[in-house]
Amino acid sequence: MTIVDYGCGNIKAFVNVFIKLNIPVIIATSKAKIEAASRLILPGVGAFDFVMSSFNQSGLRDVVEKKVLGEKTPVLGICAGMQILSDASEEGTMEGLGWISGKVRMFEITKIPFSTKNPHMGWNEIKPSASALFCDIPAGSRFYFVHSYYFEEKNNEDAIARTNYGIDFTSAVGKDNVFGVQFHPEKSHSNGAKLLYNFANI
Amino acid sequence: MLYPRIIPCLLVHNKGLVKTINFSNPKYIGDPINAVRIFNEKEVDELMVIDIDATVHQREPDYQMINNLAKECRMPLCYGGGIKTTYHAQKIFGLGVEKIALSSGVVNNPQIVTEIAKRVGNQSMIVVLDIKKIGFSSRYEILTHNASVKTGLNPFDFAKKMQDLGAGELIINSIDQDGEMKGYDLTLTDNIRKEITIPMTILGGAGTLDDIGALIQRYGIIGAAAGSLFVFKGKYRAVLINYPNKKEKEELINKYFYFKQ
Repeated sequence: MTIVDYGCGNIKAFVNVFIKLNIPVIIATSKAKIEAASRLILPGVGAFDFVMSSFNQSGLRDVVEKKVLGEKTPVLGICAGMQILSDASEEGTMEGLGWISGKVRMFEITKIPFSTKNPHMGWNEIKPSASALFCDIPAGSRFYFVHSYYFEEKNNEDAIARTNYGIDFTSAVGKDNVFGVQFHPEKSHSNGAKLLYNFANI
Repeated sequence: MLYPRIIPCLLVHNKGLVKTINFSNPKYIGDPINAVRIFNEKEVDELMVIDIDATVHQREPDYQMINNLAKECRMPLCYGGGIKTTYHAQKIFGLGVEKIALSSGVVNNPQIVTEIAKRVGNQSMIVVLDIKKIGFSSRYEILTHNASVKTGLNPFDFAKKMQDLGAGELIINSIDQDGEMKGYDLTLTDNIRKEITIPMTILGGAGTLDDIGALIQRYGIIGAAAGSLFVFKGKYRAVLINYPNKKEKEELINKYFYFKQ
């Protein structure tokens, strides 16, 4: 398991989970380490443009794209790391990676039935599809979310899990070897560990 | 369906865990890392750790300790204590802490909320307000430095200001209720609730799970934080790290969370 370290996200938390799962894990800050990867995690916390530009400026984008789009290496984007898989986001002006067609939108405050509105923060349930990423993770399983924007996929079949927060939004995407989850599996106890284990075996 | 959060709050003093009453008389509880491990096993929703020495001793956060806590913690971790600059915040964020909490830091320099939010994202920039009723009129006021410094600030106006400047969550800490285990200050919470729409977590006073239930019943989506409730057991306050198990939590939610009814 290779965690792409481009300056965004809780890298250590991922390392800890994989160590506990006995899955060899490395942190990749160089092209060479990414070249050797068999699975990639793309963490991400922060605003869209900040995360996208950090990735662009890391010097790792080319080699990651070669692995993902060329060699079909499985990749899992986390939170903002999932959002940058899109074409663009309402949160910023930069172009996304475009690996899964879609736009990232802000939650409409008027549709949220709670007195607390933004961000969507806390443990919420998912309704997963039959994807291998959700093996042994039944509908209703809870994960930790903290975000103000959500992924609106262009093609329905790219949505592999949905969650309700005012609206039913897409909480996970998957297309061929490219996956993304809006929640934080590295901080979602046993459900999160199960998902990361599934990804390691995909 | 989003669920309310139930959050143990741990105070660190002289490198050990303590529990206070009205921010005084710290009683030693145990080792922080050990407590984190226990809370991991209990699969708690989130964890708050506050270093109550850093600000009053005018020192930087204890990065070594924070690193050790973050490495262990399998749920979202909120750290506060001694964070005054963007540099502090970013360094702690890089250690694997999800939420950075400031208190006196934002009272003295409100603009720092915006600066820090730019680096770590609004969702990770948390403001903690320690609040006490002051004077004959019993009006609420924000205090800092372990309740030793009065700020003259009205918490309701300040809460709104923090939201406007980009805070992602507000933790409302009642000094009067701290350690008393007689219930949360719902009047204080009602009045803060009116001012903001960002997530709130209430701390100070929880004595039973029903106190947490009462908070959830009143506000729905909210963070219910507690110190004494999760580190003591029984009327003689024997130290016992505890947290409701899955079944107890489900029962609590089903009983008190409106959206489940």
